[in-house]
Amino acid sequence: MSLKALSFLAVLITGALLIYGTLDMPPWGDPNAPAALHVSPRYIEKTVEETATPNAVTSVVADYRGYDTMGETTVIFTAGIACIFLLRRDEDDY
Amino acid sequence: MITKYEDVIVKTMTRLLIPFIQIYGLYVIAHGHESPGGGFQGGVILGASFILLAVVYGMDEVKKRLPEKLMIAFVAIGVFIYAGTGALCLLFGGNFLDYSKLPFPVAIAERRALGILSVETGVGITVMAVMVAIMLALSSKSKRTRGEFK
Repeated sequence: MSLKALSFLAVLITGALLIYGTLDMPPWGDPNAPAALHVSPRYIEKTVEETATPNAVTSVVADYRGYDTMGETTVIFTAGIACIFLLRRDEDDY
Repeated sequence: MITKYEDVIVKTMTRLLIPFIQIYGLYVIAHGHESPGGGFQGGVILGASFILLAVVYGMDEVKKRLPEKLMIAFVAIGVFIYAGTGALCLLFGGNFLDYSKLPFPVAIAERRALGILSVETGVGITVMAVMVAIMLALSSKSKRTRGEFK
């Protein structure tokens, strides 16, 4: 079997396994999904009381999940620095 | 290198629009608590205003207003503000990024709102600087790539 067919087979099996895995997940927007039962109501009910921020998206992104957003900012930082190092050319470079 | 664009309509419209674009970018960052928006979105709007300036007035005009070294420093300063806010919370006896321990003379909930504003400002600075930095890096050319080097 050629390498191409082998890699196609690997992709096919991995994809089938991933699709099989999603069958166990709750349907999209299901109000009885575990995440919708206590996590979301907790944020929606307490966000003004705890953070004085009416926009729950902002309070989740920057406060409750602030560590995650710091990682995102670091990703942007790394991408920018990598672009500067790889692409930037000085006038006198040769 | 992006060169000047010689058209009086385009140049005048750009000169009129850029202050409003930048004010709107600052508004999106500062008003993220009440409406959709925040550091990422506002930073992109601010960066776009500099890119518009570069496309119409040339790269040198941007470099005159925002020196290249300062802008690369801004890329790091934004992340530093974010992580520094978190470290400040550690210093005042809380967990990392626990804004309620920040020493602002307001109620606990408002301290957390101010902490959010602080980190969003950091995100905005980084995103703006990265946008301009990537465009600057893409448009930079050496003598060899311009064919002047023998």
